[in-house]
Amino acid sequence: MSITVIKPGLLSSFQDLGRHGHQHLGVPVGGAMDVRAHRLANLLAGNDEDQASLEITLKGPQLRFDAASCIAISGADLAPALNQQPIPNNRPVIVQAGDVLTFGTRRRGLRAYLAVHGGFCLPCVLGSRSTYMRGTLGGLQGRSLRANDRLALNQALDSTQAPALSEALWKIKVYLPALLGNTHRRDVRIIAGPHADRFTPESWQQLLSADWRVAAQSERMGYRLDGPVLNLADTRQLLSEGTSFGTIQVPADGQPIILMADRQTTGGYARIAHVATVDLPVIAQTMPGEHLRFRDISLGEAQQLDHEREAAFERLFRGVADIRTLLGDAARDVVPRSELP
Amino acid sequence: MKTPVNCPPWKIFFQGDRTLLLTLDGPVSVEGGRLCALAANALRAAGLPGATDVVPAFNSVAMHFQPRLFGPSTSFKNLAGEVVQILEQLATGTDAPTGRSVDIPVCYGGEHGPDLQDVARACGLSEAEVIRLHTDQPAYVFMLGFAPGAPYMGMLDHALDIARRTTPRTAVPAGSVAIANRQTIIYPHTSPGGWHIIGATPATLFFPEREPPTLLAPGDTVRFVPVDADEFKALSSS
Repeated sequence: MSITVIKPGLLSSFQDLGRHGHQHLGVPVGGAMDVRAHRLANLLAGNDEDQASLEITLKGPQLRFDAASCIAISGADLAPALNQQPIPNNRPVIVQAGDVLTFGTRRRGLRAYLAVHGGFCLPCVLGSRSTYMRGTLGGLQGRSLRANDRLALNQALDSTQAPALSEALWKIKVYLPALLGNTHRRDVRIIAGPHADRFTPESWQQLLSADWRVAAQSERMGYRLDGPVLNLADTRQLLSEGTSFGTIQVPADGQPIILMADRQTTGGYARIAHVATVDLPVIAQTMPGEHLRFRDISLGEAQQLDHEREAAFERLFRGVADIRTLLGDAARDVVPRSELP
Repeated sequence: MKTPVNCPPWKIFFQGDRTLLLTLDGPVSVEGGRLCALAANALRAAGLPGATDVVPAFNSVAMHFQPRLFGPSTSFKNLAGEVVQILEQLATGTDAPTGRSVDIPVCYGGEHGPDLQDVARACGLSEAEVIRLHTDQPAYVFMLGFAPGAPYMGMLDHALDIARRTTPRTAVPAGSVAIANRQTIIYPHTSPGGWHIIGATPATLFFPEREPPTLLAPGDTVRFVPVDADEFKALSSS
């Protein structure tokens, strides 16, 4: 029971909630760039949030299913279609053996997440199925998809039940809390960093007023921004310290870098600010060449927003209980659970 | 976060909305590094709900956490309070060992240590003296960073105080043992690097299939054991 990769797309890799608990040993967290969309896709496919999803970047793959399954796509709108019929994002969709999933021209965002009910069958490396491509670690042999790869699935649906299932799923109303949808805000909310006062006051003002262009070298490790040069007032050398998802660090050239999913665990550049967790998906969905603006908020506000989004996920988890039940009853394990990696 | 919580000798800041950063003042020292490792071990052992990673560095500890939906809150005030309680208990018994003692074989000079001669010349020492200073005193593992399993160790003797190379190499071979600023590192895999390469080790630093996945951990002490080129070859193939 698997999916055959006809075309791999630009950059498609398996990701999950990240490889936590090993940062003190230098192992990066990785995981989905837009964790929100990854979680959404999983929940809508009737999964728990920690199953791996396929992170699809800009130009999607062509995939052929050889068994009936249920999929859900969240995040960027990359014009997905099943057998050339457009399918919506953020809905569970039943696929039959032989169906071909394709993607068209990007409409919005940069990264889409494909979840399948029951999950992709991948080995767990250091507690995670996410792919760390720089270290050739995890996911599918530590790399992105290639043509002719076969992606094994943990579960398949009984194909004779598929049409009835499709109809039943269609009747289920999914209320998607607004806090979990794609946000296309132009101002990313940030919190001042421990080194903010090492910069000149003008530089802090410029960080907040400039229109920052996302540079071409932006990828899973970090987003480089082009704009005014940010200057340190205090140029004393800093010691390396632990970094965070969303840390905005400024190297000697004065051009900020936002640390993203595959960031190194430690870093020694001055950290002027940190992106509020709730707005990290905005960055992950921004293309090189597009622009970002920053607005500072307090730590308390950022934590409140973070908490509200978590509470919305909790509501959604309860809200999709019917989907889980319906699919859970129709799905069969392909590999006995005891033999799962 | 402009106003930290004080818990001498620590200052506690927030770094973004999901990381707590504990910092010490002063220059890099093994004493400071040991304190960071002890604090990190205690914080990890405490298993605070939501805490996913505790990352010690030269004079800081970063604690990463996920928001708690139920139970105690992850607000700065609350979390810093929980951390202060753990740090206060730590104040006693700082003689406790922070890690293990690990021997690492190193083949110095020649093709394995292309910069040994330059380092000796720059420091006004013989090559043998550089090797002796690198092996005599155990090196403390401050942190792992840069790559999975890559240790930052020190402090080396003052006689080995040398700045980084002005031009970094684009490809330093895996296993290279290098020094700069009285610290020493090992490159776990081939990567760019600007430190002076004085030798190489056949030891593997990262095993993704094992738990824990690294040869070293912060708080360990490393003794470099000189081996010749033949021993290096034998150890590499075993």
